[in-house]
Amino acid sequence: MRVIACLDVKAGRVVKGKNFVDLKDAGDPVELASKYYQEGADEITFLDIAASSEERTTTLDLVRRTAESIFIPLTVGGGVSSLSDVDALLRAGADKISINTAAIKRPDLIDEIARDFGSQVLVISIDARREQKMASGYEVTTHGGTRSAQMDALSWLKEAIDRGVGEVLLNSMDRDGTKGGFDLEMIESLRGVTTVPLIASGGAGSLSDFSDAISSGADAVLAASVFHYGNISIPEVKDHLVDAGFTVRRNHGQ
Amino acid sequence: MIAILDYGSGNLRSAEQALVQTGYQVEVTSDYQRCLEASALVVPGVGAFEHCMAGLRRVRGDELIRQRLELERPTLGICVGLQVLFARSSESPETSGVGIFDGGVERLPAKVVPHMGWNIVDNNPKSELFTGIEGERFYFVHSYAALHSGAEGNFLPSWSEYGAKFIAALEFGSLSATQFHPEKSGAVGLKFLTNWTKKIAA
Repeated sequence: MRVIACLDVKAGRVVKGKNFVDLKDAGDPVELASKYYQEGADEITFLDIAASSEERTTTLDLVRRTAESIFIPLTVGGGVSSLSDVDALLRAGADKISINTAAIKRPDLIDEIARDFGSQVLVISIDARREQKMASGYEVTTHGGTRSAQMDALSWLKEAIDRGVGEVLLNSMDRDGTKGGFDLEMIESLRGVTTVPLIASGGAGSLSDFSDAISSGADAVLAASVFHYGNISIPEVKDHLVDAGFTVRRNHGQ
Repeated sequence: MIAILDYGSGNLRSAEQALVQTGYQVEVTSDYQRCLEASALVVPGVGAFEHCMAGLRRVRGDELIRQRLELERPTLGICVGLQVLFARSSESPETSGVGIFDGGVERLPAKVVPHMGWNIVDNNPKSELFTGIEGERFYFVHSYAALHSGAEGNFLPSWSEYGAKFIAALEFGSLSATQFHPEKSGAVGLKFLTNWTKKIAA
């Protein structure tokens, strides 16, 4: 079971706020990524939540510097909308790319990235929330959960897998930033159709949230604010997962 | 100097950064002669088998691997860089591999594929690549794997399991390969790479 530390980045700094608004500065991305690496994080994810073109240059530099000091997988997402974006990030040192809105706008992008770079580099990030009008009970949102994409989360997930994504990052927009626990029902509902690894995201607040997500079918758990603000440390999560009967990697960064 | 073969496959920067940690000078190049003469060569590989083989042939990487093996110069294949050493892959049955080893690479028989994450490697006790590393987890991301060794004699496989037992690493004379990504496997991965560099000018 993987424990992934997520860093929401804006203008070269780590930020995290409740439901993606009220952003607070949580620190320097390279410094934080190195800290998590030393503590035994299994992966690092950067989500560049407001990737304008000028900020993209900052991101590439950030990825370059991070890749020099951490030797675990690094996923980068946010504003990736073309094959050349993917190429630039991979060359800078990212190992995986996460795509979201651009794939909703143009699903063929998934096929193209998988064809040129392989499925293993491609994570589909789905910002989902509860919506009874949808057949599965969950809908896809865009713009940090503020707008409905008018798509059923389950059918979008299936389509993305068919088109060639190698992994799914399922983020609950109802729970994101609330520390109220992962949306376990959503993980259970979508696990059944997911034939690639599934990362649970959104809502981690206590140690038992992590083991609950894995019991509900997640292959990996991702969290941001609980790690940034020191509420819970990565070694604590791993110790807890072991106590709960799961296998984790215990050898730490150094 | 350690050369990293640039044939349009993979995140070369990850491998480069990790190898720099071993203290050697590292050069990313597609130049045949540079790669042939390098003290050690890394052949990375991500993506589809067919895509990798096509890229490899374009820079005569297949010939390079064979020639270095004959000259007993250390070479390390990573991920699909391990798979291409076999004769074929069920991922693209029409594409032949470099074929150092008989047998093929097959899709992992597991419910969730790719196999992505940290898995324990049951290291071959004869393999010096794992000196000081025992029962540790390495980072894997792959959908296909060599499930049978297909070679004997001085072929030293180390195994992992995901749906089936598969070759996680192998050593064959001066040729080594890993299905996992040592460059992404934290401190243990760096230790593994350092062990590998001990094959240089031994």
